[in-house]
Amino acid sequence: MDLAYGPEYQAYRQQVRDFLESSKEHWPLRSGLGKPNAELRRWQSMLIERGYTARTIPKEYGGYGGEPDILKSRITAEEFTRAGAPGGLAGQGVSMLVPTLLDMGTDEQKQQWIPKTLSGEVLWCQGYSEPGAGSDLASLQTRATEDGDDFIINGQKIWTSTAHEADMIFCLVRTEPDAPKHQGISYLLFPMDTPGIEVRPLNTMTGLAEFNEVFFTDVRVPKSSIVGERGQGWLVANATLKHERGMLGDPNTAGTRLSLIIKLMQEETVDGSSLMENPVLRDRLLRLQSQVLAMQFNGLRLLSSSIKGESAGIARLIVKLQGCELNHQLAALAIDCYGELGILYHGSPRLRARGNWQRQYMFDLGLIIGGGTAQIQKNIISERGLGMPREPKPASPAVKSMAGS
Amino acid sequence: MEFGLTEEQTMLQQSIDRFLQTNCPLDRVRELTEDGAVHDTETWQGLTDLGVTGLIAPEQYGGLGMSLLDAMLVQEMLGRHVTPVAFTATSVLAALAISRAGTEEQKASWLPGIADGSLQIAVALSEQSGARDNAGLVFEDGTLSGHVLFALGAPEAQVILVNGPDHSLFAVQADAPGVERQALRSIDDTQVIAEFSFSETPATQLQADQALLDQLVDAGRVMLAADTLGAAQHMIEKAVDYAKDRKQFNRVIGSFQAVKHMCAEMAAELEPCRSLVWYSAHAFDDIPDESRLLACHAKAHLAEVGRFVARTATEVHGGMGFTDLMGLHYWFKRIGFNRQILGSPERAREDAARIQGWI
Ligand SMILES: Cc1cc2nc3c(=O)[nH]c(=O)nc-3n(C[C@H](O)[C@H](O)[C@H](O)COP(=O)(O)OP(=O)(O)OC[C@H]3O[C@@H](n4cnc5c(N)ncnc54)[C@H](O)[C@@H]3O)c2cc1C
Repeated sequence: MDLAYGPEYQAYRQQVRDFLESSKEHWPLRSGLGKPNAELRRWQSMLIERGYTARTIPKEYGGYGGEPDILKSRITAEEFTRAGAPGGLAGQGVSMLVPTLLDMGTDEQKQQWIPKTLSGEVLWCQGYSEPGAGSDLASLQTRATEDGDDFIINGQKIWTSTAHEADMIFCLVRTEPDAPKHQGISYLLFPMDTPGIEVRPLNTMTGLAEFNEVFFTDVRVPKSSIVGERGQGWLVANATLKHERGMLGDPNTAGTRLSLIIKLMQEETVDGSSLMENPVLRDRLLRLQSQVLAMQFNGLRLLSSSIKGESAGIARLIVKLQGCELNHQLAALAIDCYGELGILYHGSPRLRARGNWQRQYMFDLGLIIGGGTAQIQKNIISERGLGMPREPKPASPAVKSMAGS
Repeated sequence: MEFGLTEEQTMLQQSIDRFLQTNCPLDRVRELTEDGAVHDTETWQGLTDLGVTGLIAPEQYGGLGMSLLDAMLVQEMLGRHVTPVAFTATSVLAALAISRAGTEEQKASWLPGIADGSLQIAVALSEQSGARDNAGLVFEDGTLSGHVLFALGAPEAQVILVNGPDHSLFAVQADAPGVERQALRSIDDTQVIAEFSFSETPATQLQADQALLDQLVDAGRVMLAADTLGAAQHMIEKAVDYAKDRKQFNRVIGSFQAVKHMCAEMAAELEPCRSLVWYSAHAFDDIPDESRLLACHAKAHLAEVGRFVARTATEVHGGMGFTDLMGLHYWFKRIGFNRQILGSPERAREDAARIQGWI
């Protein structure tokens, strides 16, 4: 363990603090995963310029171009949390596609997409799930057939977050219908305004339309839009999923929520006494604090081992499962702290925190399901992490005949 | 910058793991502890030969002057093998107390014996996390009277360190007049605890204050968390191995998803604990501002996760898990013991609230 903050780090901490103090008027009001407005994009560029986000992404691709540094990452996260400042952009493009392209994209693809994605100019959506292919993603049936230099795509995606606003999609399609199901998939990038794409928003339990159905009818896409090899899309998709799971279970999200709840419990009163004086609520808070700390240190351990090029084994496999559940429990505690006030929603009088805790409590359930459900995570942990037997695979009919039915 | 163990630390841990596996397997533990908890002097000698007993004691007194993180890694292995030796009491708590609050004379008379494994010291700090049954001492005319509960340390301890009134710490010779030791028998026969009563017993005072007592409690809590980490990790491995072997309905039970998910949940809960315990041990020496809070969290969280793992791993074994024959209960009980000593999780969390100024 070597976590000593030398003078360089103290100076860095001060620099982050000064920046956050002096930049308050630029803090964007709105955040979230949708299309970033001018204010958000300006904030993003201020953060990249200083290495507070996109820290290790090379300069030529629009990043900061810094060396990985776990202490600086930790200091940045701590100071943003302490100040309650909004972080950088974190949509599916920034958090999932960019690292995938860095690993597996061609130079041209990196140059073409990474800078625009990081800056927020281009918003991406993720076209994986289909009505018949959720947890069993590899059974997807959206077809791409060859036509000269193009693919022609037909089929349907579902639960596609932000598709109604997105400029681009990274999409899994079946290009080799005769191959075994994991080997017939390709990973394509194409614009959402390509003729033949229809997006129908789906309302969710939060009352917002966070995801969509996306229909493809004879959508023509050049073959050059493929990432990785043809038929190797499953590998590329898994690389993306790894980043998605890291993002969804990010312990800094939990850290930020925890600080908000501490403040809430110190400020809100019931019968005139602060909620922090209630031993039962306080004990719940402290139990969650233990878990947040454990996940934050687990995150530092992961960062450290990835810098050394080591696999962290189970420590990485558990992040999505534990992190999403922890966030959900935090939102639940906030609602319980508010008691009757906690049920208010829809801009009601006396609403607290703009209804965020209720929205998050609901949305978190979506995140527990999305990106591979909790049950699928447990399958992965037990099979890949603990070496337990794989799920018995029933003899499945050839994909071709499924697609034809 | 690095969050993880050094190569030397990994090697230290592996060598202790191997030593205990060969020299103090469950059969031996079972035999030794048949009539209650003991301190296994043979294994202690082996650990002394490996340099472990002098890990914390300063170099000038024959020790190695290493960190609590190193000691934590040792304790994790002792938990993993449910080893009946009183390492934390003598080699960690007494070594810290004497080197931080002893006079030159006290250091010179005790630290070398700690380092070479010849001296055993019992440590009674329990009242720091709540006095039960009116435990407590009075100090008058250079003598101690009263009783203290749940002291850790070998039955043959020659010296007893006790927390006295007004944040004080005393050393008492075990054979001094008026000392009475009463063994307390717990669920866990692999760890010794006792009650001491004193009646006008001569005692020498160390230069302790509340800060020092806090440090001792913190160190003790980190060590108990480490012990639970090792014990719980072992229980998960046992459960996974058993599930890959035992067949029902013509298939290994580890192919049933209900069983796989129990194992996955145990691993998912325990793995982040490892980083929490490492960090809390590291903070003890290197990040003093965070040390108290982290010790509370490590203790409380490992108590919760330990309990979950102990019951779930037992369930995975079916009836076999419940038997004495299989011996899984040694780990179950060790985890149960660690949960309560030096503050139950509720108590540790209450301390954490106070440390953060919330109450
Ligand atoms: C908020 C949200 C946003 C999303 N955004 C996107 C997006 O942007 N792009 C995209 O492509 N997809 C997205 N998804 C889809 C998401 O990936 C799927 O919902 C998810 O993979 C589960 O698939 P399913 O909904 O078909 O559920 P199913 O697979 O039908 O699962 C239903 C239940 O069965 C269980 N189950 C299924 N298989 C197994 C098994 N083998 N073992 C044990 N239990 C099993 C599941 O755990 C679950 O409890 C999003 C989902 C949500 C909720």
